Amino acid sequence: MKFSRLILANLFRKKVRLLLTLGSFAVALFLFAFLAVVKYAFTGGAELADARRLVTINRVSIIQPLPLSYRDKILRIPAVQSVTHDNWFGGVYQDEKNFFPQFVIDPEYQRQVFPELLVADDQWNAFLKDRQGAIAGAATAKRFGWKIGDRIPIKTTLYGGGAWEFNIDGIYHGQRKEDDETQFWFQWDYFEERVPERLKGLAGWYTVKLDSPDDAIRVAKAIDGEFANSPYETKTDTESAFAASWVKQFGNIEFLILVIGTVVFFTLLLVTGNTMAISVRERTGELAVLKAIGFKDGSILILVLAEALTIALCGGILGLALAMLAIPVLSTALSGMLPNLILSKSMLAAGIGFALLVGATSGLLPGIGAMRLRVVEAFRRI
Amino acid sequence: MVSVNTNGNSSALIQVRGLDKTYWRGGEQIDVLQGLNLDVDKGDFVAFMGPSGSGKTTLLNLLGGLDVPTSGAVSVAGDEITHMSRGRLTEWRARHVGFVFQMYNLVPVLTAYQNVELPLLLTRLSRSARRQHVEAALAIVGLRDRSHHFPRQLSGGQEQRVAVARAIVSDPTFLLCDEPTGDLDRKSADEIMALIEELVSKHSKTVLMVTHDPVVAARAHTVLHLEKGVLVEASKSRQNAMAGGGA
Repeated sequence: MKFSRLILANLFRKKVRLLLTLGSFAVALFLFAFLAVVKYAFTGGAELADARRLVTINRVSIIQPLPLSYRDKILRIPAVQSVTHDNWFGGVYQDEKNFFPQFVIDPEYQRQVFPELLVADDQWNAFLKDRQGAIAGAATAKRFGWKIGDRIPIKTTLYGGGAWEFNIDGIYHGQRKEDDETQFWFQWDYFEERVPERLKGLAGWYTVKLDSPDDAIRVAKAIDGEFANSPYETKTDTESAFAASWVKQFGNIEFLILVIGTVVFFTLLLVTGNTMAISVRERTGELAVLKAIGFKDGSILILVLAEALTIALCGGILGLALAMLAIPVLSTALSGMLPNLILSKSMLAAGIGFALLVGATSGLLPGIGAMRLRVVEAFRRI
Repeated sequence: MVSVNTNGNSSALIQVRGLDKTYWRGGEQIDVLQGLNLDVDKGDFVAFMGPSGSGKTTLLNLLGGLDVPTSGAVSVAGDEITHMSRGRLTEWRARHVGFVFQMYNLVPVLTAYQNVELPLLLTRLSRSARRQHVEAALAIVGLRDRSHHFPRQLSGGQEQRVAVARAIVSDPTFLLCDEPTGDLDRKSADEIMALIEELVSKHSKTVLMVTHDPVVAARAHTVLHLEKGVLVEASKSRQNAMAGGGA
């Protein structure tokens, strides 16, 4: 702490340069946070997945249906606790830009299979009694200003056209803040009633809840074995593997983010490394004086590193603070397109770690140069 | 008392024996100092004079542990410094040497007070103890009222006085002054020399000073000339100059 005044005084020596360097860190850390959030939005599903859940889809593709009769057969497999089936509705609310995922659900087991998505009992009971009832995720309800009792028309694009009317009977909330609160659920019976005859009795996919995660591989094999050589063969994966394969359809998001992140890292490293090198070179005489009066080589290295780390930390905090302000706004703007735009504590910690790593690396070479500075030669140069 | 070309044992504060310093520049060997011997007692005020390139600053650097000799030995208060490691030499400098440079070399972003405090940051002194030392040093150089001024807000003479305060704040064994008045006008130079004389007479400091200025050198107890890498006492130097037809 004795040296903090010296470190701060050196930092504020060139205010414009300090501001620009802080700005570089802030922009880079903002981008870091944004990339981390987007990556999580794509891959978070796999991380959040319940290890006790399996997803069964048609072996050909998820867009191929499965018979509803499979439900009872799956339920009979040992270690299966409950099964629910869903369908993708793909409707449009008012405008195509207002995208949010709509699922036709099986109310019987929905809450057992997805216990993390919470609906108040009275709302759930009202939903069960209402053929045109719907449950909206809290984020979607907030986005469109829906409240219980509202009547919502959604135009179908897949099931014969026309608008389907729904009554909002409940709002669900995620148990964890990362849980997806953008979905819209409605009754299977209402769906069956309105779809064309050829689509009746078919489900999009099944979600299977197990007694224990240890049963996952055995049960997945058993399900697929049960329907092997049938007209509707199945492919069963853990929910995590299913979510990961879903993300792969968008391309290698992780690789793309890694490439962008690496470019940001090295650009920032070059910018700050150059700044620190110039800053140290400008102070050759002063550093020589410090060494002459008794500052050891290690102390000089620590002084330079402390400056670099202080800039990195302040710039990093600034960038992350901006990200904390901007990401909720962005999340609202992209609502329905990307779920889970959440800047978590671990991301913030990783951001600070990233900033400090860049700071330490950028200060290291100039610091070593200052440490090795020979006083006599430095005085000869100035 | 200062003795040049002494070889025997002595109880002098600073003892230099057979000091050689050789540089290699562009494949050419330059013998800056050759077999130099010197004894300086505590409380002495010695001025080194000589033409440019005669090795005055090199000698000062060697005495202050900023450079290492090609051969020979420098002892200060019984410490043989020529064989110390870089780290130990740095610690030794912090404890024993106060430096005053021609260009003051203050840190421009620190106030006079903070500049003077710098050497004390390396000690275990408390903040209040450091404050006492800094205020005492600034009082000696007559700048207590300017302690919160930055170097750019001070005149050249005042900046050099701050540099002197920085040199004496940790109560070093001796002061090394490299052209301390070289960048000052005559009036400021006189003030700085009066201050250095006061440090010697009132505070019993030992001062070794390099200067080009005979007027400044005349204020020292002893003036030594460096000629072709060899130390010559002032009187002998004058005789040599007259014999050679010089002034």
